[in-house]
Amino acid sequence: MSETKQALVIRIIKGFAFFWWDFLVGDTPELFVGTVLVLGIAAMTSLLGHLRVLTVIVLPVSVLLMLLVSVLRVVRAKRSS
Amino acid sequence: MIATATTGSNLVLVVAVFLACVVEMVEALTIVVAVGKTRSWRSALEGVAVAIAALTLLVAIFGPALATIPLGSLRLIIGGILLIFGLQWLRKAILRSAGYIAKHDEDVIFANTAAQLSNAAGNRDRVAFIVSFKGVFLEGLEVVVTVLTLGASSHQLGLASATAGVALVLVAAVGAIVARQLSNVPENAMKMTVGIMLVSYGTFWSGEGLKLAWPGNNAMLPILVGIYALVSWFVIALLKHDPVEVHEASL
Repeated sequence: MSETKQALVIRIIKGFAFFWWDFLVGDTPELFVGTVLVLGIAAMTSLLGHLRVLTVIVLPVSVLLMLLVSVLRVVRAKRSS
Repeated sequence: MIATATTGSNLVLVVAVFLACVVEMVEALTIVVAVGKTRSWRSALEGVAVAIAALTLLVAIFGPALATIPLGSLRLIIGGILLIFGLQWLRKAILRSAGYIAKHDEDVIFANTAAQLSNAAGNRDRVAFIVSFKGVFLEGLEVVVTVLTLGASSHQLGLASATAGVALVLVAAVGAIVARQLSNVPENAMKMTVGIMLVSYGTFWSGEGLKLAWPGNNAMLPILVGIYALVSWFVIALLKHDPVEVHEASL
């Protein structure tokens, strides 16, 4: 592969990676980390039969908590600045 | 009962895809109109055509590939992506409604893009082509991700694609008529609605991926929409009235 083609491939890969980084993380890393954590915990609790019913409630509640934390992060920053 | 629930979830899918597509397409249209008016309509439209071709190629490659992933894993991954994406939209819409960040102003975007273009050095047509291509490709990529994820996870890729097609035609037609009056589109209200729907879908499909038994199966989707809408409205109301107390109490 010529150097020009290699550079083009690298540029496309970098662009693709940047798009997904910006799309999923961007300026709200707490939402990305929070979602991974919430889904991880939900996956573990759903494996335990007696906790499966609880996960149905825990999942939406955790999502709402994540949203509140992220919103309040901005509120706090705006009020302190 | 099951038929009603399925119709209800299809309606939620159509509304979510349609509004998400309209929001992204209006953003892309703003850039294209700014490029066309200040530089060259021909180059701007060439940029649009190449961007649409590139997006079509991406869909052709990644669309069928989605069908090879096991449904449970696909729903969990897609649910996660929808959750993150939806939460980002919803958070921004709540903060805008409560007055904590400035509302998205298409007129400002138009003016900024036009100002940047009129100051840009170099080949005139090339600049117009690249700016137009980038605008349409990046906003279009978000549309593609939304359509593929929502469509594939609900086995309604055809319905989701058709809805996106209708949105594209509608935005293009309205754009051709109103051209610069894009700020009249109630962007934040649409973003709020889409955010609520994406978060609802994200929660629902993540749960399905984890093999959770949602009460009422598909009927749970509109219920989730209602819960998230209610909480969002409540948070906005609290933030508008007393930000300090809300801040302390909600954490």
